[in-house]
Amino acid sequence: MKNVKSKRGWKLTSIALGSTLMVGAMAIEVIAKDWGSHEVDGRRSGYTYMTDETRAVQDDNFENPGMLWVENGEALWSKAGANGKSCASCHADPEKDMKGVMPAYPKFDKRTGKMISLEQMVNRELVEKMGEKAEKFDSKKMLSLMTYIGNISKGMPVNVKIDGPAKPFFEKGKAFYYQRRGQLDLACSNCHEDNPGKQIRANTLSEGQINGFPTYRLKWQKPGSVHRRFRGCNKNVRAKPYKAGSDEYVNLELFVKWHGRGLPVETPAVRN
Amino acid sequence: MAKARVKAPKKAKAGDIVTIKTLITHKMESGRRKNKKTGEVIPRHIIDKFTAKFNGETFFSSDWHGAISANPYMSFSFKASKSGEFEFIWHDEKGEITSKKSKLVVA
Repeated sequence: MKNVKSKRGWKLTSIALGSTLMVGAMAIEVIAKDWGSHEVDGRRSGYTYMTDETRAVQDDNFENPGMLWVENGEALWSKAGANGKSCASCHADPEKDMKGVMPAYPKFDKRTGKMISLEQMVNRELVEKMGEKAEKFDSKKMLSLMTYIGNISKGMPVNVKIDGPAKPFFEKGKAFYYQRRGQLDLACSNCHEDNPGKQIRANTLSEGQINGFPTYRLKWQKPGSVHRRFRGCNKNVRAKPYKAGSDEYVNLELFVKWHGRGLPVETPAVRN
Repeated sequence: MAKARVKAPKKAKAGDIVTIKTLITHKMESGRRKNKKTGEVIPRHIIDKFTAKFNGETFFSSDWHGAISANPYMSFSFKASKSGEFEFIWHDEKGEITSKKSKLVVA
């Protein structure tokens, strides 16, 4: 609740400050809009920061180019691996078995004693159960499987566990989020908590929610993983990015996912 | 091999104007990008022609050039008069052809 109050407070002050300027009127208009399920307790999905045109592309299941990867993932599901087993050998009914998987990751993994992201889990299954090679986070196969698994949970609220054994990792992710870094000396929060809705050069800043990942980004012209996005953000503040799948990013993913708790899964979302 | 999706109605009344939507996976390499490691220009590789036929007769076609995004989407209209079969053909610069068929029944 505290968080909500401070958010509201910030909005109100921004209106008060802006009321003498032209932007004041615009800010009020944006706040007044009802975003339905895309807004939960003042947290807004990146969807609400896009233009009407981009939103229309996401909403139309045919026009959404990310659906091509979803279809590909669906085909891969029953494709046998090196030892003759496929995903479908164990998860015969993905529409049921994989429902609720995307909103719950990253999870605490007892075996390694740390957090595991969904990509890493898919890789583990590929290597151990199917005798395949591990995939890179942004390979075609991985993105297809990820968008497919994510799309099954479309509309479900993001709900990650941050208590119990996940607690220390959540704290690490949180520390990462508020840590200033890079030559520009910016923390994630400086843009995504303090200034969402404002312009950063030609882009509109969003709250940095990751409920729509893997997201089809128009700039990338293909879907991309959360970690790719983290790398891009880190590069933009002139910091040396971590590797996709690094502990730092998995912990950060946990925190950012919690940051957008309750927002619906939108995979594959379309963003600019 | 490019993968295409087409959304065309299966049924229509005579005189109806129907909307057809198409989407294809293609990287549409512009020819202006460089390989980051070697500095060599990545050669252009785009789809340069799209044709839509009905019963073998072309009713819509377009030439594509640079500056068209990857995974291009194309939507257009068709006036239904009789039953038949649509054929959608994408011609790639390297001579690769992707086609997709869809039947229409006019009641």
